[in-house]
Amino acid sequence: MQAWSPNEKKVVLDVDELRVHYATPRGDVIAVNGISFQVFQGETVGLVGESGCGKTTTAMAILRMVQPPGRIVSGQATIEATDLVGLDEKQLRNLRWNKLALIPQGAMNSLNPVMRIKNQLGDAITTHEGKMPAEQLKQRILELLNQVGLPGRVYNMYPHELSGGMKQRVCVAMAIALNPPLIIADEPTSALDVVVQRVVAQTLLDVKARLGVSMILIGHDMGLQAQLVDRIIVMYAGNIVEIAPVRNAFKNPLHPYTQLLIAAIPSIKERKPLHVTEGLTHDLRNPPPGCAFQFRCPHAREICRAQCPQLREYAPSQLTACHIYENAAEYERSAPIAVVSAPPAALYAQDLMKDIDPHADASA
Amino acid sequence: MPTPLLEISDATKIYGGGRFGGKAVVALQGFNLTINEKPATITTIAGESGSGKTTLANVVLGFINLTSGQIIYEGVNIENMTAQQKQQYRREVQAVFQDPYEVYNPFYRVKHIFELAIQRFKLTGNKTEGRDMIEDALRVVGMRGEEVLEKYPHQLSGGQRQRMMVARAYMLKPRIIVADEPVSMVDASLRAMILDIMLHLRDDYGISFLYITHDLSTAYQIGNDIHILYQGQVAEKGDTPKVIENPKHPYVQLLINSIPVPDPDVRWDTNLRLPSEEEMRSKAASGCRFYPRCPYHMDRCLEALPPLYAIESQHEAACYLYDDAHELAETTTQRRTS
Repeated sequence: MQAWSPNEKKVVLDVDELRVHYATPRGDVIAVNGISFQVFQGETVGLVGESGCGKTTTAMAILRMVQPPGRIVSGQATIEATDLVGLDEKQLRNLRWNKLALIPQGAMNSLNPVMRIKNQLGDAITTHEGKMPAEQLKQRILELLNQVGLPGRVYNMYPHELSGGMKQRVCVAMAIALNPPLIIADEPTSALDVVVQRVVAQTLLDVKARLGVSMILIGHDMGLQAQLVDRIIVMYAGNIVEIAPVRNAFKNPLHPYTQLLIAAIPSIKERKPLHVTEGLTHDLRNPPPGCAFQFRCPHAREICRAQCPQLREYAPSQLTACHIYENAAEYERSAPIAVVSAPPAALYAQDLMKDIDPHADASA
Repeated sequence: MPTPLLEISDATKIYGGGRFGGKAVVALQGFNLTINEKPATITTIAGESGSGKTTLANVVLGFINLTSGQIIYEGVNIENMTAQQKQQYRREVQAVFQDPYEVYNPFYRVKHIFELAIQRFKLTGNKTEGRDMIEDALRVVGMRGEEVLEKYPHQLSGGQRQRMMVARAYMLKPRIIVADEPVSMVDASLRAMILDIMLHLRDDYGISFLYITHDLSTAYQIGNDIHILYQGQVAEKGDTPKVIENPKHPYVQLLINSIPVPDPDVRWDTNLRLPSEEEMRSKAASGCRFYPRCPYHMDRCLEALPPLYAIESQHEAACYLYDDAHELAETTTQRRTS
């Protein structure tokens, strides 16, 4: 893995100040809070964080698949000079699959159970490229199956005849069918056994190496991230708290939240006491002034309550938003504050997501 | 001599293959396990999908009957229990399931699951007492009644729901909890909390667990003994640290090697190919089930099922590679003939 440098590589995806809100009866939930990042050609970027931190919402916003009550409030997501946020539905249809493909969460359940694999793959191709001779299409599909390491007989099979790992690889084949410059994979292996997960992960690595496609890999399995990605973006409560090359993220994480994530990885090398982190997050409708992580941060000081830290670069290509680095002198002078067990209007992030449900009990 | 609480001996479950001539699937074969009354332990049953681990949970919970073999609870075979014994068994052996979303009825407030249990097992007829029991159980899992009991299931997070299922199980004062993948659908950051509650219940309340999972890293952190299944058979078993730090069976080695290492400098080295599904299932019907995938396979692996060989104390593997006794016999015959 070579060192990544911002100047050399071509930008495939440029996300700028993207903001997504979900409307609830008691105000908007800020799911993605004006985040910016770039994805370069041929690199895999990991998007990590706990449930409810906005990682899937970010991906859905890039794909313009945010469903009401969610909406993209502002910002841009530019892929090869086209701003996705401004497009209408027809232009989008053209662009999806061509320019960016999605491998959804639990992708294996996204295949149509009454269509043969050949027809599902064929559909994706002919919809975008128009009709083509049957033989040519067949060769193309067989080639795709081959690329993801599936035998040719899969061509004529139905999804139920395949195992979970094979279905997942069919979804990978579908994603690369039109040779898009960017693939977004949302927890592509979360429902698989470890051995099968390894096979699918290797397929992804393989495809990436051969086609030079860029990838955004969403997930919370840090072990898998270490195996697959080049750079990691860590999100917390709708904000990016750290962007780092994968090695730095694991060996020298800067942000306290990243440090917590790394410390919480269950190890098979040593038995250690469980690291229980309280899952308390501030109310996402009503973020406190200052740092988003202040209520759970073991290093929080007065300054963290007062000012919001900015994402800045502290090591080559490693950015973080934390006062410990940004205002080191002032941070040192600032008085420590205890970690509060119950921040004002404390709620689990997941709870908030449930509130979006119109049937939710408003008194909760 | 510790008294056994739950004794599973030679448990075998075969699906299908009956009157209609369908293909028989051996889901569990010759499985043995003993859980002692004291001390309380966490016994892990691990394996991939289709390895028979959920079948085991289902037979222990009495949802399905064994084809052969038996399960003895406090000296009584669970299939021959009287109604009263059965009732007691159902109270003392509780379950926590994988999916914390599906076990709740969405029409009822969550307190319903507690009230139903109190009613069903006639724990108390007194409302205040019942409420105290519920509060007490919730306290054990670190929750407060007034915050959650009046809510509907969809208003709680997965982690909260799963903790409530553990609280419900605890309220019935069980001696064993069968936990079938209790953390696999819970967010990674909340997993540790559930596992911590399990440890707490084991150490402070003397409740044993049958922890069924495919995740070896959590098993390694909390488990006492581990049984790793492959297609219905025990591939390797023993003391958890011994098995995971030093796996002997080729399947277990593959399994442990496939766990993604959280270190970008230690990436998977070799490319792994899986044989097709049919091949994996059918080829080694009489012998070792892992034969089609095993890098060390020998002819004798096809002849008969390898028994468990002792590697060290509290560590056994079902693989002919460790057939020292056999090798020893061979060398002596050679010596004799020469």
